Amino acid sequence: MSEWHERYEAVIGLEIHVQLSTRTKMFCGCEPSFGADPNVHTCPVCLAHPGTLPVVNERAVGYALAIALALDCEIAPRSIFHRKNYFYPDIPKGYQISQYDIPLASAGRLGEVRIHRVHLEEDTAKMIHVGESGRIHASTASLVDFNRAGTPLVEIVSEPDISSAAHAREWAQLLRETVRQTGASDVSMEEGSLRCDANVSLRPLGAKELGTKTELKNMNSFRFLERGIEAELERQAGLLDAGSAVDQETLHFDPTSGAITSLRSKEYAHDYRYLPEPDLVPLAPTEEMIEAARATVGEAPAAREARYAELGLAAAQARQLAFDTDLAEYFEAVLEGVRADPSAVANWVVGDLVAARRDAGSDGGEIPADSLARLIAMVQAKEISHGAGRQVLAVLVKQGGDPAEIAEREGLSGGADSSELEAVVERAIAANEEAAEKLRAGKGGAIGPIVGAVMRETKGRADGGEVAELIRTKLGV
Amino acid sequence: MIDRDQVLHVARLARLELTDEELERMASELSVILEHVERIGELDLDGVEPTSHVVDITNVLRADEPRPSWPRERTLAGAPDATEGAYRVPSPQA
Amino acid sequence: MSATAVELRGLTVAGGLERIRAGELDPGEWFGAYASADDGLNAYLWRADDPGAPGEGALEGAPIAVKDIFCTEGIPTTAGSRILEGYSPAYTATAVRLLLDAGASLLGKTNMDEFAMGSSNENSAYGNVTNPWGTNRVPGGSSGGSAAAVAGGLAPAALGTDTGGSIRQPASLCGIVGLKPTYGAISRYGMIAFASSLDQCGTLTRDVTDAALLLDALCKRDPCDSTSLGIDGGVSSPARTDLKGVRFGVAPDFSADAEGVEAGVADTFARNLDLIRELGGEIVEISLPHAQHGLSAYYVIAPAECSTNLARFDGVRYGLRAGDGGDLTSMYEATREAGFGAEVKRRIMLGTYALSAGYYDAYYGRALRVRTKISSDFEQAFANVDFVVTPTSPVVAFEQGAKAADPMAMYLSDYFTVPMPLAGIPAISIPSGLSEPASGGPELPVGLQLAGPAFSEAGMLDAALALEKALGFEPLEIVA
Ligand SMILES: [Mg+2]
Ligand SMILES: [Zn+2]
Repeated sequence: MSEWHERYEAVIGLEIHVQLSTRTKMFCGCEPSFGADPNVHTCPVCLAHPGTLPVVNERAVGYALAIALALDCEIAPRSIFHRKNYFYPDIPKGYQISQYDIPLASAGRLGEVRIHRVHLEEDTAKMIHVGESGRIHASTASLVDFNRAGTPLVEIVSEPDISSAAHAREWAQLLRETVRQTGASDVSMEEGSLRCDANVSLRPLGAKELGTKTELKNMNSFRFLERGIEAELERQAGLLDAGSAVDQETLHFDPTSGAITSLRSKEYAHDYRYLPEPDLVPLAPTEEMIEAARATVGEAPAAREARYAELGLAAAQARQLAFDTDLAEYFEAVLEGVRADPSAVANWVVGDLVAARRDAGSDGGEIPADSLARLIAMVQAKEISHGAGRQVLAVLVKQGGDPAEIAEREGLSGGADSSELEAVVERAIAANEEAAEKLRAGKGGAIGPIVGAVMRETKGRADGGEVAELIRTKLGV
Repeated sequence: MIDRDQVLHVARLARLELTDEELERMASELSVILEHVERIGELDLDGVEPTSHVVDITNVLRADEPRPSWPRERTLAGAPDATEGAYRVPSPQA
Repeated sequence: MSATAVELRGLTVAGGLERIRAGELDPGEWFGAYASADDGLNAYLWRADDPGAPGEGALEGAPIAVKDIFCTEGIPTTAGSRILEGYSPAYTATAVRLLLDAGASLLGKTNMDEFAMGSSNENSAYGNVTNPWGTNRVPGGSSGGSAAAVAGGLAPAALGTDTGGSIRQPASLCGIVGLKPTYGAISRYGMIAFASSLDQCGTLTRDVTDAALLLDALCKRDPCDSTSLGIDGGVSSPARTDLKGVRFGVAPDFSADAEGVEAGVADTFARNLDLIRELGGEIVEISLPHAQHGLSAYYVIAPAECSTNLARFDGVRYGLRAGDGGDLTSMYEATREAGFGAEVKRRIMLGTYALSAGYYDAYYGRALRVRTKISSDFEQAFANVDFVVTPTSPVVAFEQGAKAADPMAMYLSDYFTVPMPLAGIPAISIPSGLSEPASGGPELPVGLQLAGPAFSEAGMLDAALALEKALGFEPLEIVA
């Protein structure tokens, strides 16, 4: 971490574009496509042929409402579309249909970061620059593929409530998970269905006024988002330290070189000449539309994380479950089936089960939540030890079946009753005199060989904690 | 009133390449029109809502049902420069 | 005895259809009478050789001309612009499709002011259109080709578009009927956009009955146009012969007394008002205080929308491309420089300026507020009257070149016609007399405009029919 943090405070806002998982484009019946041959998913509407008109995709509105609700936004009773005018080959009409002064939703919140606005718009076409290097600067021509043109997008703009590059990455991940769980988008950064721009500025510690911000464009992974912001903060600090001003400009971060370059082209300053889109009528979401969207929004990850933390789960487990809807649902089902401490159940689900699945690899299968609940109950009742429970779980993952039967069959059940266990412990101490001596002398680590001997003799049925306790009692340490 | 520099700026925004003669003529013609238009500056319009559209309906929506896209041969047929199934344009930064 | 071609060319749509149904006229013969007539007016940009295979319906056998602003699949569509020279659309406009589906056949595509910008048809990239009433006179615009074709017996009816008067003003100058329906009554899908919040498809016909007949076929809601509403229940044939109990509003602050109105036009209008009274109608004085500012609002709003609608003509996907040797920006600029004519450039400039940073509020923002005032003026007026009446055009057809060098003088031609599209209300122009031009010469047609509340087409056509019958206007004699 560099020392600028002692003098400046970072103020960061994110602008996130999410491609919606609709079956058709925003304003025409073409299917959005990825990886298809160029220009096979186009029609007169998305190619902006003369006389064509846009018609809004109903599901895109539904998805946008779902995202807005998941982000705790207020839905505008009436919002309108605008035209954002600029010339570029990737924008077939010469304007992008977007929402401007009255967005679909605003004033939301995700965790500690406020949401400024959520609005609907359309994606641009893809351009491939041809020439020696394949890069825009040395290209001789560009090829335009309109397959992506008109794909529905939701743009989410945060307030500048983010305070560091790492915070930006964490929050963006939470946002991705939140949007993913609505089902509105694949939110894949690699496939470009989630794109992230950052508005970055610095101000002296304690200052109220915001510094001049720059806009970092299109960082295509969470890691690059963090690194790009960090590099830009560093650059701005350098400028401010030298008494220079930060220029308000759009920047590109190159993850391989770590360099930040200005994207300002020789084009004239942007003047988008927004005007209300006369080809479309206002959106006024009805109660039914909002309720239908609400039904697709489950418990948002941030809310779930908070609820799990309250149940006593460790922070990492609470977040892991909040980010993984399937696992969280499974956890809740197990919790339902057993009277046990939620954090113990979380240990089984997030720890033991995930590990057992990993070990089983492709041999592993689903195990019903009530099987795991019964297994946990057996361990709780000390019918079998925790270690034996793990062995049963491994069998369950590989072969399925009934936990009690498996324990019986594998000779893991019945536990080890105390008197029997005492005798085993005594034999183990006798067989490991040297280790017992060290243990008496205060070397706690020497307990290992004795526990191991007990476990061997009981074939793992004994509870490790109980065994260690018994050894210490016997040796009076 | 609009001067030559403003005309040049607007022409650039609109991607119109005007000759010197056109620039001069445009400046004077636009000035005459704007002078007429600016009469609305004298009207008292405080508190008047803008009307960008007269149609008073909302939520005109299309079901999310795919319709066949158009054959590429057909849509590319009228393109000034079609290459490899794509629309070719001069480089933005040549 | 079979009718001569000249006689057939004078038929109305309803008249021709009646003969076809009676077995007295062969649709192919009727079509051929127009198709073989010489287009000395330059009214057409493309003409069909044969009627094709017409569908079945209310217009079965009727040949109809269509303004070249409507896309027609596989048929050249230029909107009067060089930038679309050779362009052949991949689809057909809804309005044209509806006519064809009702059994009409396409006679051809009519000449027009480039992208519908103009009031004299002198802004076509493909040459001026001549007014059949006088060879040195303009037919009006922008639907000048459609108006000239109908008046000159080259089509019984034509589709046009009206943004600020582009149907009504040429109809007035050519002595025919021009109907601009309520905004949303007819789909705009496939109609090349000029100013989307104002553009409306309408008809140019030889009489009021035909206007109703075509409107009935056209006024369907279209799922491809979000702003389309159609007209519930369609439009039945008008039948009224008197005006008893109908109240007509005349606004002294928006009337024939205005500056620039020719004396002959004002006189004709005064006679028209007398006739309304004779038919039992009542003339009521109303006030439309903001209508006179319609032109100012219009010449901000329409150019603003046109500047963005015409951005798609960029040399990338279709149409003309020039300046391929340089970078992207020079290609754009060279293409649009070569492809657009002077008036289109002027409007793009005006609109771009009005929307640009620092000027939006003063121009576009204010114009939208004036639009609100114009609408509410009409609303108040319609609380007391059924229709508002004005002359359609302040002047009769002027000489070619008379206003070409003075854009503002040309814009004033639309003085009486721009407030209606701004308010989205329907209006019709019917020929109401002849008057000598201010500059002298033979008498030329004058038009009377009726405007009504939104979706009042049925009643408006009824009133127009009663007036038409009483006026007894003699259409131009068709020559071989
Ligand atoms: Mg955006
Ligand atoms: Zn499409």
